[in-house]
Amino acid sequence: MVPLSHYLALSAVLFTIGVLGVLTRRNAILVFLSIEIMLNAVNLSLVALTRATGNLDGQVTVFFVITVAAAEAAVGLAIVVAMFRRRETVDIGRFDVLRG
Amino acid sequence: MLRLAPLVPLLPLLGFLLNGLFGRRLSRGSIAAIGAGSVGLAFALTIGLFAALLALPAHDRSVEVDLFTWMSAGDFRLDAGLLLDPLSVTMALVVTGVGFLIHVYSAGYMREDPGLWRFFAYLNLFTFAMLVLVLADSYPLLFVGWEGVGLCSYLLIGFWYTEKINADAGKKAFIVNRVGDFAFLLGMFLIFRELGTLEFTPVFEAAPRALEAGGAAAFWIALLLFVGATGKSAQLPLHIWLPDAMQGPTPVSALIHAATMVTAGVYVVVRSHVLYLLAPDALLIVAVVGAATAIFAASIGLVQTDIKRVLAWSTISQLGYMFLGVGVAAFTAGIFHLVTHAFFKALLFLGAGSVIHAMHHEQDLRRMGGLRSKLPVTSLTMLIGALAIAGIPPLAGFFSKDEILWSAWAGGRQALWAIGFIAAGLTAFYMFRLVYLAFYGTPRDAEAHHHAHESPPVMTLPLVVLAVLSVVGGWIGIPHALGEPLGHVPNLLEHWLEPVFEDAEVLRAGAGEGMAERMAEAGELAMEYGLMAASIMIALLGIGLATLLYLRDPGRRERLTAGLAPLRHVLERKYYVDEIYHAVVVMPYLALSAFLWRVVDVVLIDGFVVRVVGGAVTWYSRIVSRLQTGLVQNYATAVFVGAVVMLGWFLLR
Repeated sequence: MVPLSHYLALSAVLFTIGVLGVLTRRNAILVFLSIEIMLNAVNLSLVALTRATGNLDGQVTVFFVITVAAAEAAVGLAIVVAMFRRRETVDIGRFDVLRG
Repeated sequence: MLRLAPLVPLLPLLGFLLNGLFGRRLSRGSIAAIGAGSVGLAFALTIGLFAALLALPAHDRSVEVDLFTWMSAGDFRLDAGLLLDPLSVTMALVVTGVGFLIHVYSAGYMREDPGLWRFFAYLNLFTFAMLVLVLADSYPLLFVGWEGVGLCSYLLIGFWYTEKINADAGKKAFIVNRVGDFAFLLGMFLIFRELGTLEFTPVFEAAPRALEAGGAAAFWIALLLFVGATGKSAQLPLHIWLPDAMQGPTPVSALIHAATMVTAGVYVVVRSHVLYLLAPDALLIVAVVGAATAIFAASIGLVQTDIKRVLAWSTISQLGYMFLGVGVAAFTAGIFHLVTHAFFKALLFLGAGSVIHAMHHEQDLRRMGGLRSKLPVTSLTMLIGALAIAGIPPLAGFFSKDEILWSAWAGGRQALWAIGFIAAGLTAFYMFRLVYLAFYGTPRDAEAHHHAHESPPVMTLPLVVLAVLSVVGGWIGIPHALGEPLGHVPNLLEHWLEPVFEDAEVLRAGAGEGMAERMAEAGELAMEYGLMAASIMIALLGIGLATLLYLRDPGRRERLTAGLAPLRHVLERKYYVDEIYHAVVVMPYLALSAFLWRVVDVVLIDGFVVRVVGGAVTWYSRIVSRLQTGLVQNYATAVFVGAVVMLGWFLLR
């Protein structure tokens, strides 16, 4: 039996990888992938915690998160396609029209 | 009957509303009928009030009719109401009676004017405001009427507003009057501070106890109210608006700027006589200003060439007489002259209007002459008016003017008497100069003379009525010195007004002025006859001189006046008062305005304040806007850092 702390540690590591990816990557698709990693890190901790406490609510929440992530993937990829059509690039450093 | 008193001012108000709101759609006949009819009904009602008041015992002839609670704040409570006493009813009779005649006349004079409905609406509004003024039972309500007549005066002076000179004259009247009104307001505030109320009856009851006779409070109240009166009644030094006010239609000059509104100042002083008797110094100022104005304006009247301006200066001069009268505490004499002046000055103005009408809007006396044959009714009635104002017995002006002069003498103000006496001679001279220039001699403008025609009956009838009043009007106040030998003819006006002034007698006796005793002295009666004869003599002298210079031998006039050219010039420029005001008030004011515009506004506000405030905001915005990089990752970093900090805060606290 793997102890709960291992699951949570893995989740924290995955989440940190996601955060760093979002903050540092320039490619919009990689940023997008990093967001997915963060979502799934959270999913992992939720599932681990519900299993440890014997409560199923967290698992139900995870299904919702997966559903939303699927929808988000569709919208997010559509945005990336639109960005590329406009600028012939997906480097988010080039998208700064809202600069003050 | 007395309960109906509110209808007196309300009828002209109704006329104003009808003509003002629907006048455009009414026929000219109905406009005139509404305008004159409402004032005529008010006059009939006022006669009813007069009769009802007369039926009461003399000491009960002071009735208050409460209307509504006007203001209520804390302890302060002010009811709007009407005060009916011999003084206010006398004023109301003059306002509605003379006003009615002038309304009728206007129907003829303004017949062709496209703004007829507007004219009658304003006239009715004026009558309403004037009645509120004279019937009010408190200073604030009086002030409402006071401002109302000022507004109507402005509207009617500038009635033909498409010409700038008329609109300017209206503004001048309004602005100069504001100066006086400001002092009037201060006077009211002072009354309230000292006495805690503003209604006439309590004020006059409390004043002798609360105010020290001859003290500073009484003096300032009396003086400030009088400054207000100088504005409204065109006394020195606020007289400058009245001659310009002649730009209005002639019936307006007759009604507002001769018979009624300009006498409001006299009325206020008489109404407040209790306060004035507590302030002998202020009363002396009233008398001195009145006498100075009387001679000052009369001398200017000598050289005016515009028929209406002669009458305007004459009005200022006669108002000076009224103030001289009340200033020597002869309140009855002041009101007496107010009444008779309303008759003969309205007559003279309406006569002048008839002449102007006949001459197709020619007002210059130098282009008239010989109109007597063309305008028989006008010239005869004007002659009666001129005799009345000159002070020829037994016409109205003689009695009232002589009463004032005698009061001045008997009150120990011989110097003021002398000034008034000389002014009386000037009055006779300039009035007959006007009559001779307009109606006698040879026509100086043959073309205009040829087309001149007598006015229609609707205009001449009021002239005739006023002429009759100018003859008999003085008989209501025949002095005892004349009445006794003529078979005990009573002084009706003095008897009628007595209840109003009886408290004044007590005060006067207390003040040690003892005028009554003075007059009772045996030698005084002979003196009174002597002065009366002197008044008649100087009036005849003035008329004689005018006859000599303007009727018999105009050539001699040229020779005589050649040596007086500098004096003549000063008089023609009206002692340079307008120029002095221009230099002392208007120019500094324009300079101040230019300074505020060019320096304060353009340099300080636009140049400094706006630029600094605006620049500071722009500068600051430019710095903080750098935070907005437009890069999503920078924002995300901020969110994460924020989340971590908050999490750390909650965990490590």
